[in-house]
Amino acid sequence: MGLLSSSVALARYRVEGKLEEPVLETIAESLQRHVIGDIDGNVPEKAVGWTSFETPYRPDFLSSSLVIGAYFVFALRVDKKAIPRGVIRKHCAAEEARELARTGARYLAREEKRRIRAQVEEGLLLTIPATPNIFDVVWHYEAGELWLCSTLKEANEALETLFYRTFRLSLIRLFPFTLAALSGTLSSPEHDRLLALTPTSLKG
Amino acid sequence: MLDVAVAYSRYRFLGAEFLTWLWYAVEREPETIKAAAMDRGVLTVGDRVVLENSLHQPAERVTISGENADLGEAMLALKKGALVAELRLHYGAGDHDWRFSLKGDTLALMGLKTPRSAPVESPDEVEGAVLEKLGLCEEVVRLVDSLFVRFIKLRVSERWREETVPGMKAWVKAARL
Repeated sequence: MGLLSSSVALARYRVEGKLEEPVLETIAESLQRHVIGDIDGNVPEKAVGWTSFETPYRPDFLSSSLVIGAYFVFALRVDKKAIPRGVIRKHCAAEEARELARTGARYLAREEKRRIRAQVEEGLLLTIPATPNIFDVVWHYEAGELWLCSTLKEANEALETLFYRTFRLSLIRLFPFTLAALSGTLSSPEHDRLLALTPTSLKG
Repeated sequence: MLDVAVAYSRYRFLGAEFLTWLWYAVEREPETIKAAAMDRGVLTVGDRVVLENSLHQPAERVTISGENADLGEAMLALKKGALVAELRLHYGAGDHDWRFSLKGDTLALMGLKTPRSAPVESPDEVEGAVLEKLGLCEEVVRLVDSLFVRFIKLRVSERWREETVPGMKAWVKAARL
């Protein structure tokens, strides 16, 4: 679900730290260094990288617009190849039959079956196209706040890992405790009481 | 600050308490909601409530949804010790309407439908459309933040135990099942 979709999901983060000036160039170059790679026709079954908001299938941060108003807008792209189990089974069965015919053996050892499966999977990964999943990212740099347009666990984990690798800045997911602790609205005694809270029961 | 993963697990209950309080405040303390919305709009509970009872292991989940959902069942779950894990809300301000679900554990916004804006018909219109959409999303995010700040200030005060919890218990007890 993208930012301009009729229905949006938002996971919110606090960004800790600042980048080297000039910020726009630093961000554009960092994104370019970790741009999504093309895995079609290659063995890897998954690729995670950045892409452009407006042209997610032709990532280009240096010439396409990265700044919209006070925000940096780009996208996280996760490309995955999914081979249906049935397809793997079918190809393995054919390969195993060929191997039995070639060697004249009655059975294949477990290790041999494993080798055939790995070979089959590798062959299929070369031919199967990756499905791209695009999750828009909005970074309000001055406010130190970032939104990911997805609440999927996999997308959020991929963002946290890739963001740190790209910018060497930590993302803190805003959930009730972090929002309370980082909101700046609690006094020191209130913060101490927050740490000591225990669940409330409405039963009875 | 505590390790984020530790804090997430240890204080996960805060999200459920927030959403339960929010439902209570919408029904019984409209002035709190009005103040959080800075008198600009009206917040109401939508057509989906998910409740979780952590007193039972594994935790029991009850989902009530649909246009004519019987919220009495949700009240019954509250009476048995459940709290709200997910809440669909409707926010109206002037001619504008927002619909969204809030998840207690993460405070993530899901299924956020903002007021309709003009369709993007050419690449030149993208920037304007993004800014408009961000402004509309921001409106709800700031409302949630404002509500949450009110909740957390109350939660760490004595008023929570002395006034709010008895008030919420009375609200649950008085609900028609």
